[in-house]
Amino acid sequence: MAEAFDKLYTYITEFPFVRYALIVGVLIALCSSLLGVTLVLKRFSFIGDGLSHVAFGAMTIAAVVKLTNSMPLILCITVISAVLLLRTGKNAKIKGDAAVAMISVSALAIGYLLMNVFSSSSNLSGDVCTTLFGSTSILTLSTTEVWLCIALSAVVLAVFVLFYNKVFSVTFDEDFARATGVKASLYNLILAVVIAVIIVLAMNLVGSLLISALVIFPALSAMRVFKSFKSVTVCSAVLSVICTLLGICISIVYGTPVGSTIVAVDIAAFAIFTVIGKFSGRVKP
Amino acid sequence: MALLTCKELCIGYEGREILHGLDFSAEQGDYLCILGENGSGKSTLMKTILGLVPALSGEIVFGDGLKKGEIGYLPQQTDVQRDFPASVKEIVLSGCASSLGLRPFYSKAHKKLAMDNIEKMGLTELKNRCYRELSGGQQQRVLLARALCATQKALLLDEPVSGLDPNATANMYELVQKLNRDDGITVIMISHDIQAALQYADKILHIGKSVFFGSRDEYLAKIGKAGFAQQGGADNG
Repeated sequence: MAEAFDKLYTYITEFPFVRYALIVGVLIALCSSLLGVTLVLKRFSFIGDGLSHVAFGAMTIAAVVKLTNSMPLILCITVISAVLLLRTGKNAKIKGDAAVAMISVSALAIGYLLMNVFSSSSNLSGDVCTTLFGSTSILTLSTTEVWLCIALSAVVLAVFVLFYNKVFSVTFDEDFARATGVKASLYNLILAVVIAVIIVLAMNLVGSLLISALVIFPALSAMRVFKSFKSVTVCSAVLSVICTLLGICISIVYGTPVGSTIVAVDIAAFAIFTVIGKFSGRVKP
Repeated sequence: MALLTCKELCIGYEGREILHGLDFSAEQGDYLCILGENGSGKSTLMKTILGLVPALSGEIVFGDGLKKGEIGYLPQQTDVQRDFPASVKEIVLSGCASSLGLRPFYSKAHKKLAMDNIEKMGLTELKNRCYRELSGGQQQRVLLARALCATQKALLLDEPVSGLDPNATANMYELVQKLNRDDGITVIMISHDIQAALQYADKILHIGKSVFFGSRDEYLAKIGKAGFAQQGGADNG
């Protein structure tokens, strides 16, 4: 154990990219978990999943046209898809559901196709795997990407804090909010954009297939035990940051893939919180 | 001028007409009950009044200083709400959300208003409890307290007693009556409980195949002629 800590300490002090990974990891975990509570409660979890596939498709397009900085393009495409998905989701539930499934598989298929046809890379399946499961990209972040990530996270956090009360009212009861004159559509739009931003950020950390876990698990775990919106949100954020830090550290020391390790830790936390919730008896079965 | 007037109102969903030619009004301090069979368009009418669904034609006029968005709304509960992790305080306070405007946080006045309404609904001891742990009647009282945070003038209640046990139902009706009588709040209630409507309301709007609008006594006289049992049976179905 001491050996593991030594190894970790050396990595963190010696390699700047490990520090970047930790900073970016914490920020992404924080943002995704905050929004996760709202997404889960609004029954929007599937939109996060759909968008992550869209982001994958966008990334392959960026790779095909050989953009050096692919983040802005991916961000644009994902934000537009988020807005469109929310539009359709509002009118009819089933239609929205099907639309998400349709868009997500299309993006996945087209993305892989594009990569296959145009990519000159010698290790194609490795590339695809990296994008989907994010095995190493968190450790190869450039300083520009780190700063972009910090800036976007700051914006997301600011939006969440400033609109916290309105987000709560729209999440709890959209009809009531709308009827009493809260601009519910506007806040839904803001939410959609913020979700898209978080997903693009999180793609670096856990890869596009595992983003949903980052968004959903901390919120679900917190909901097992806590019973006010504020405490659930705070707990979810703290839990997510701890799990992500733990996951990154474990993966550094034992050489496991970053994304799946983080998700595994999240799952473990969920199991623990479920047990706590059962025993404390706060949540009705 | 009446608080709320509907003229030649035609309501429906997505261009499909449900009801047309609705003419009615509610004055300050009225207790108006909207009766009708399931599927007769009661909820659609309420959503149209609230501006959630556009009216197909006709107009809704707000008067006496009542503005759109100043009506307290007690909706029927949704699935999302039944297992929502939020405390009573948070939910009641969220009724003030529209008066926040561009400000991000609630002021002391908002919090006081919320606490006053919590007290008025007899929820003081439950204020830190989780919403999903409350009984149906308590949950309705929480939502009523929230609606009161959004309005000083008018309340719209969508079947406020559905799914409640007889005790909670009586309690709910008493609370609403008290708000109407003591605080002068205009109450517009959707219901299919005709007995309660006759007991508490002073105006009745009956929608369905035939539309009736008038005072309680006029309604009584009309259904007296048509045969009470028949009418009552149709309404409870």
